[in-house]
Amino acid sequence: MSAVVRDGVEDLEIGLLLEALFRRYHYDFRSYARASIKRRLVQARDQLGFSSISALQDSLLHEPTTLSRLLGYLTVQVSEMFRDPSYFRALREKVLPHLRTYPSLKVWVAGCSHGEELYSLAILFREEGLEERTIFYATDINPAALQAAEAGVYPLDQVKKFTANHQKSGGRSSLSDYYTADYGRAIFDKSLRSRVVFSDHSLVTDAVFGEMHLISCRNVLIYFDRALQDRAIGLLRDSLARKGFLGLGSKESLRFSAHAAAFLEFSREDKIYQRQDA
Amino acid sequence: MTDASTGAIAIGGSAGAVQALLRLLPTLSADFPAPILIVVHVPPDRENALVPLFQGKCRIAVKEAEDKEPTTPGVAYFAPSDYHLLVEADGTLSLSSDELVNHSRPSIDVLFEAAADAFGGALTSIVLTGANHDGAQGLKAVAGAGGVALVQDPAGAYAAAMPTAAVEACPEARVMSLDAIAAYLAGLEAA
Repeated sequence: MSAVVRDGVEDLEIGLLLEALFRRYHYDFRSYARASIKRRLVQARDQLGFSSISALQDSLLHEPTTLSRLLGYLTVQVSEMFRDPSYFRALREKVLPHLRTYPSLKVWVAGCSHGEELYSLAILFREEGLEERTIFYATDINPAALQAAEAGVYPLDQVKKFTANHQKSGGRSSLSDYYTADYGRAIFDKSLRSRVVFSDHSLVTDAVFGEMHLISCRNVLIYFDRALQDRAIGLLRDSLARKGFLGLGSKESLRFSAHAAAFLEFSREDKIYQRQDA
Repeated sequence: MTDASTGAIAIGGSAGAVQALLRLLPTLSADFPAPILIVVHVPPDRENALVPLFQGKCRIAVKEAEDKEPTTPGVAYFAPSDYHLLVEADGTLSLSSDELVNHSRPSIDVLFEAAADAFGGALTSIVLTGANHDGAQGLKAVAGAGGVALVQDPAGAYAAAMPTAAVEACPEARVMSLDAIAAYLAGLEAA
């Protein structure tokens, strides 16, 4: 019984910390799916050496450096280049033929984290001859993640997986054309980000990001609760050009969303949707 | 809908767990009184072949867990490959693509810890056969929250490492043969 009571206190502490984080720094995790956020906060508490979530909150309010350390836990996103190769194959074979008909293109990677997906798309668009007419927007709420994305440096031991994924996605070139290896790191060619705008943006608290032809927002919405998912999906819809495309994670769906009717299931198994207007 | 009053069953296993589950799940009747949440380690690149395998052999409904899906008694939910499966306090499921835990995604610890939080004393967690230590810390959390902790007898398990680690981390767990676990679950139906 005591364990249950203790858990109740911890849930209260988590609610208070998230409120403090929002009111002090305007980072809003209050409507994130709670089980996952709790796991991350408990991990942050233990690894940063605090005795309780309340102690972590105290430091968060009074020590400016605690914010960035905590954000590293709350926004931790592990990804890989060309993750779910079939998604990129579907973009290449089904979506790009549509995008090719436009003289200029805007592509948004929403929640870009360390940039793996961004570089994957830049390489895909270069292979398909569309890079020159495209502007990519890469956004995240975590400044440290954006810096990492802008750097484009990944551990070399991950590159084997990236390379296999790229091949499975129908890659027309060798991934090794795009990076140089150096002391265990793969440094991706800076020309890949010559057409990229990196920006701080929150799907929770910020506004529409306009007239995109393709938005890739994968494994971001699963961290939101249902109400916040609906807000974010509405924002994504309003950020799409007419007949623009939205790509979600392999286990994400618009099926339960209030905005389901605003989208066509363009490629159901690849979770690619197309905006449709009545 | 499920909540803390109807409770839940959470099951985790690795090497040999599919065979063990084939002994357990087909014994359950269609009106089994709680949802069953299952993590089995499978290679991340293999699409989830578990659901079709069990669908044909079980009276309970079997499906892959979906994000934000409400749980229902009498349904078994398998974690999709390459995603963690969690459950919220209101009984809805959550998926996450957070980093691997115990070199695994899905991880049994992640499911058990979330389920312990959501269901407390109304949770029964079962660690089956497996060749690593995932599930041990989660089972400890289940028992700590007042839930029932069951472990497949390592002596009869295809791989003993996982149930052995679970008993070491959670000494209050009851060690049972697969038949005894099946009988325990049947007892929940009668209650």
